[in-house]
Amino acid sequence: MEMTGAEITIRCLQEEGVEYLFGYPGGAVLHIYDALFQQDKVKHILVRHEQAAVHAADGYARSSDKVGVALVTSGPGLTNAVTGIATAYLDSIPMVVISGQVPTFAIGEDAFQEVDAVGITRPCVKHNFLVKDVKDIASTIKKAFYLAKSGRPGPVLVDIPKDVSGHKTEFIYPASVNIRSYHPQGRGDSALIRHAAQMLLEAKRPMIYAGGGVVLSDSSAQLTDLVRLLGFPCTNTLMGLGGYPANDKQFVGMLGMHGTYEANMAMQHCDVLVAIGARFDDRVIGNVEHFAQVPRKIIHIDIDPSSIAKRVKVDVPIVGDLKLVLTELLEVLRASRQKPDAAEMAAWWKQVDEWRATGGGLRYKNSSEIIKPQFVIETLHKLTGGDAFVTSDVGQHQMWAAQYYKFNHPRRWINSGGLGTMGFGLPAAMGVQLKHPGETVACVTGEGSIQMNIQELSTCKQYHLPIKVLSLNNGYLGMVRQWQEFFHGNRFSESYMDALPDFVKLAEAYGHIGMRIDNPADVEPAMKEAFSRKNDLVFMDFRTDSTENVFPMVPGGKGLSEVVLAEDL
Amino acid sequence: MRHIISLLMENEAGALSRVAGLFSARGYNIESLTVAPTEDATLSRMTIVTSGSDAVIEQITKQLNKLIDVVSVMDLSEGEHIERELMLVKLRAEGEAREELKRLTDIFRGRILDVSDHTYTIELTGSRVKLDSFIDAIGRDLILETVRTGASGIGRGNRILKL
Repeated sequence: MEMTGAEITIRCLQEEGVEYLFGYPGGAVLHIYDALFQQDKVKHILVRHEQAAVHAADGYARSSDKVGVALVTSGPGLTNAVTGIATAYLDSIPMVVISGQVPTFAIGEDAFQEVDAVGITRPCVKHNFLVKDVKDIASTIKKAFYLAKSGRPGPVLVDIPKDVSGHKTEFIYPASVNIRSYHPQGRGDSALIRHAAQMLLEAKRPMIYAGGGVVLSDSSAQLTDLVRLLGFPCTNTLMGLGGYPANDKQFVGMLGMHGTYEANMAMQHCDVLVAIGARFDDRVIGNVEHFAQVPRKIIHIDIDPSSIAKRVKVDVPIVGDLKLVLTELLEVLRASRQKPDAAEMAAWWKQVDEWRATGGGLRYKNSSEIIKPQFVIETLHKLTGGDAFVTSDVGQHQMWAAQYYKFNHPRRWINSGGLGTMGFGLPAAMGVQLKHPGETVACVTGEGSIQMNIQELSTCKQYHLPIKVLSLNNGYLGMVRQWQEFFHGNRFSESYMDALPDFVKLAEAYGHIGMRIDNPADVEPAMKEAFSRKNDLVFMDFRTDSTENVFPMVPGGKGLSEVVLAEDL
Repeated sequence: MRHIISLLMENEAGALSRVAGLFSARGYNIESLTVAPTEDATLSRMTIVTSGSDAVIEQITKQLNKLIDVVSVMDLSEGEHIERELMLVKLRAEGEAREELKRLTDIFRGRILDVSDHTYTIELTGSRVKLDSFIDAIGRDLILETVRTGASGIGRGNRILKL
């Protein structure tokens, strides 16, 4: 039977098992919306801005092992989606974005709502397609899902001109995909894995550094087994939090610019470092030359060869699927009669524990007068037992959430680590809540970030998403203010936000519950009240100390051991 | 160091812009880039002449391989290879200089493709160095116009870049 391109598009999504499609209609996708209307397998979530559609699909993907899917129209629909696509790209999130395009005969004529979608998104997608023939829709969408999910995941854009979605052809969904130019690595090189195992067994000051790749490849169990088998300290990057349980004694906390003193010092002074699904980025190891001053052997395991030896020289590069590589590494280690030297390990742990004590781990001075933002996060952790899904926006609140909420499970911490997109938190929480109905989803945000996608409170109302929004409102773009305090002589250029709305009334206007919390004593009762409202979105406007800074801090361009601790100031 | 990177890619719309975009986005140098379909019309062969440290060249190779449309990549300069470039040069050829220019063209094994009262148009093929030497030998005063294709490269002997 012949079907239109639009019907084929929706059928493909059904075949891929897509539950939710996040989107916004417009001229170039009218055929597709018409096809969507005439079925009920794929549920459409109507957002209020295309950026939010992509972030919601992103949150859905991050909190599950599925591909997030978004649908936007041509021109401004697509350009609005670009920030969301770039966000997913920088964090390697599997996603398929379908965009409408002007009809093929109008392409290149500067037609109404025309933009070169493939050209605009090229640098921020894993791959993209312009479908020029209705016969190619099914095979292209099949490829898009395969590319998005396999290898190093990432967003894939499929641009469909309006006439193509209107034309008819036979629907045949390919059973398999073969792309002759694309062969993601599966198993790692066995000789290198054995070499790595030997290096680990002979290490005197070993360190395990695990990133977002562990979460994306669902390898937390293998990582945990490895860390425990060897007895080594383990750190997670911002993207890797939850990849190793935070309440475990071998966990030394997050590393990097706002990482713990012990994690950064151990990273700097170890003699054998194994990097697992992490990429030594500038926010993680700071100054590359400073990092290289201390000699250490580096084993780097990653699915993407281009992540290896990009910023630091690596001694043992292992390209492969983390789960397969870690499983093989564990087998080799278990089969070996050799064990890490107990005396060396004891000495190393003594050193790590000393760093823990001197650095003080994470510390802040609580107050009974004014709400400390860290206290809000600690209370959130306490009340949710560390089991909530926590999304965040970008800035100080993001760092405090990463530091003070102890994630014991992967896929619970949902934040824009690579691109650092303000406005990510609320729409991402929508995707998470839809994927996990009945679970607690908290969006930690600030009064700056939340206003970048606040219109989504309307979407939350439409679909009854009982997200708990915790806004740490200090009146400032806090991270900007902090850098201005440290590096720009207290000249707070445009980081103060005057004329903020009354967030309680705003929440109420959208049909939700709003709470304003001014006193530290009210933090816990208010949060308890909010979490008891299982079916309501509650917007908590916490008025927090505007002078509070995020510590520890490795200033930009400095080395990991050149950290500034709270008491240094 | 100068490197000649050869790659095979899907002969599809936009494939060239993915490669060019990669180089500009990541700040890599391009000295020249040539591309045309191969004997298999579904594939294009590209030769990129670039320069950079070993680490940069390693990244360039990896990033090119990562492009979905790229089938295979080879750094020709890692082994024995042949490099050829085509140049067309229009010279001011008047009076006594005409004979001298013809002789120089012969020495460089070039061919005169077009002759007018005042000009010669010469075709010359060779390595970048040879073409540069020819220009130096002629002297810039006599050169009216040059057009160069950029280098194409191929491995010697059994070094083959195939699907």
